[in-house]
Amino acid sequence: MLLSNDHGRLLSPLGAKITLGLLLAAGVLVPLLNLAVPQDSVFHVPTYLVSLLGKYLCFALLALSVDLIWGYCGILSLGHGAFFALGGYAMGMHLMRQIGDRGVYGHPVLPDFMVFLNWKELPWYWYGFDSFPFAMLMVVLVPGLLALVFGWLAFRSRVTGVYLSIITQAMTFALLLAFFRNDMGFGGNNGLTDFKDLLGFDLQSDGTRAALFATSALALALAYLLCRWIVGSKLGRVLIAIRDAESRTRFLGYRVEFYKLFVFVLSAMLAGIAGALYVPQVGIINPSEFSPANSIEIVIWVAVGGRGYLHGAILGAVLVNYAKTYLTGAAPEIWLFFLGGLFIAVTVFMPKGIIGSLEQVSARVPLLARVAGGRQ
Amino acid sequence: MSEAAPEMAPAEVEPSQLTEVPAAVRAAADTILYMDGVTVSFDGFKALNGLSLYVLAGELRAIIGPNGAGKTTMMDVITGKTRPDSGQVFFQGETDLTKLDEAAIANLGIGRKFQKPTVFESHSVLDNLELALKGNRGVLASLLSRLAADQEARIDAVLERIALQDQRRQLAGSLSHGQKQWLEIGMLLMQDPDLLLVDEPAAGMTDAETAKTAEMLQEIARSHSVVVVEHDMEFIRALDCHVTVLHEGSVLAEGSLESLQDNRDVIEVYLGR
Repeated sequence: MLLSNDHGRLLSPLGAKITLGLLLAAGVLVPLLNLAVPQDSVFHVPTYLVSLLGKYLCFALLALSVDLIWGYCGILSLGHGAFFALGGYAMGMHLMRQIGDRGVYGHPVLPDFMVFLNWKELPWYWYGFDSFPFAMLMVVLVPGLLALVFGWLAFRSRVTGVYLSIITQAMTFALLLAFFRNDMGFGGNNGLTDFKDLLGFDLQSDGTRAALFATSALALALAYLLCRWIVGSKLGRVLIAIRDAESRTRFLGYRVEFYKLFVFVLSAMLAGIAGALYVPQVGIINPSEFSPANSIEIVIWVAVGGRGYLHGAILGAVLVNYAKTYLTGAAPEIWLFFLGGLFIAVTVFMPKGIIGSLEQVSARVPLLARVAGGRQ
Repeated sequence: MSEAAPEMAPAEVEPSQLTEVPAAVRAAADTILYMDGVTVSFDGFKALNGLSLYVLAGELRAIIGPNGAGKTTMMDVITGKTRPDSGQVFFQGETDLTKLDEAAIANLGIGRKFQKPTVFESHSVLDNLELALKGNRGVLASLLSRLAADQEARIDAVLERIALQDQRRQLAGSLSHGQKQWLEIGMLLMQDPDLLLVDEPAAGMTDAETAKTAEMLQEIARSHSVVVVEHDMEFIRALDCHVTVLHEGSVLAEGSLESLQDNRDVIEVYLGR
């Protein structure tokens, strides 16, 4: 008898093709139109735009990491900005060490802010960050380790729902306060900035910017494929089971806390990678990245795009951030009202977000149905 | 309760004789579940009050009792959701269940069906059964899991048994109430536990569905030990098995449904009302 589980239902083959196709096209075309097309051509993509789009891709990766835990396992983290910022700081530390003696004070080892604070030697936790592979390892390990410890304590004690959301907020707020302190050794209020180069390439040059953009697109595409693989496996179905009926899943013999821990740590690592790609493109990392409002904004991106579709998170992050860029330029005073209003509007009128709404019209328009995943 | 119930088989006498056997003997091989002096209190209210209950391997046992008698709390204790304040709970004579959590107890071979049907509504019928399928519950094992041919065959067999072949691809959330109950029974079968705890399987079912459910449970009881908690007397009658009456957290009486119907205490607290 034919028995193939219809797992494709959870994944949208066409949605994935469109997502990956767009990422590939952007990853190739944007750098090409920036580097190979003369500046006076209408097709030329200016460098500031390359970095801006690259920033959107980093946010999209961050949104993807939140969708993996929120959309599929019901873990509403309101502190994911912390993992993003930690990954960013790890990258920032490497970039600081790369400055070498080219700083304002010209100290061969110490970053400027340490010289300014009259520090005599490098704190132990800055050791190793001069090495690129070590720094890249820390980009995933530090957020991953924090998520492991935090998640272990929270999930083992069965902290769920709004209580978990509140303690994740507390976590990112605590880190915000800690990183504000000058004696933490991370540049305090000002954070880390004035970066010069990465792997020997000048961060201000068009070529480096284009390469960072392409790397961001590639990282997002790979993370998207990884998340799809997880969500499409039996592990993904266990996650959804936990999301919908946690105690029932326990009575089936699944160790819910281990499953939650697995996705939470993975998600924190993806957020860390997003942060590490973000920092060289914007040229600064400071404690404001830990601010609780940032983390809440990520959740809004996911809600707008559609929770639990993966590509919904990517779409939401890009659209909301485009709106942010536009509005903070055109009418800065209304941006926060717009964001709040958007969240309310999406919650009330489009509870499943843009992708979910496409899915609802799907019965009438077959093409949209396939984009949205064809769930009936 | 007046119409003639099917005559109990002679074997029915045996379980009632067992009440005489000393407790230690019960922990022997043929007792699958042994509860002795189990007490659970919530803010001073004793949900279970020195409950002692023994279930034999391969037995089908019905548990009845008025609301608040402690039926669900008893299930919570067995499945590790609630820790008893005092008393012993042993599984298969050797495993102390009071020291284990839900997942560990489920993996030992105790399955539970809830009062309110709890299936995974956004999964298909097939996925629900696949999730319940006995096997490695580890995170990495799940990531790499693929259904083997014999596992697919088992799912097919269970689908047939719970009469949901035609709904296999339907989302569980779209099933009727009765079908959800069956799906949950099917999930228990996939788990293939040694002991099944079934909480009010016939609640909210039509008469035809109730009869079919009783049939299913009887069939299951041929190869598993089953404890059924139920309110519906017709359903208990259809199960035709040994019955334990709970009242205020302890056992009031045990025996066949017929013998209990004549029991003064039982009539007073339950049947007579």
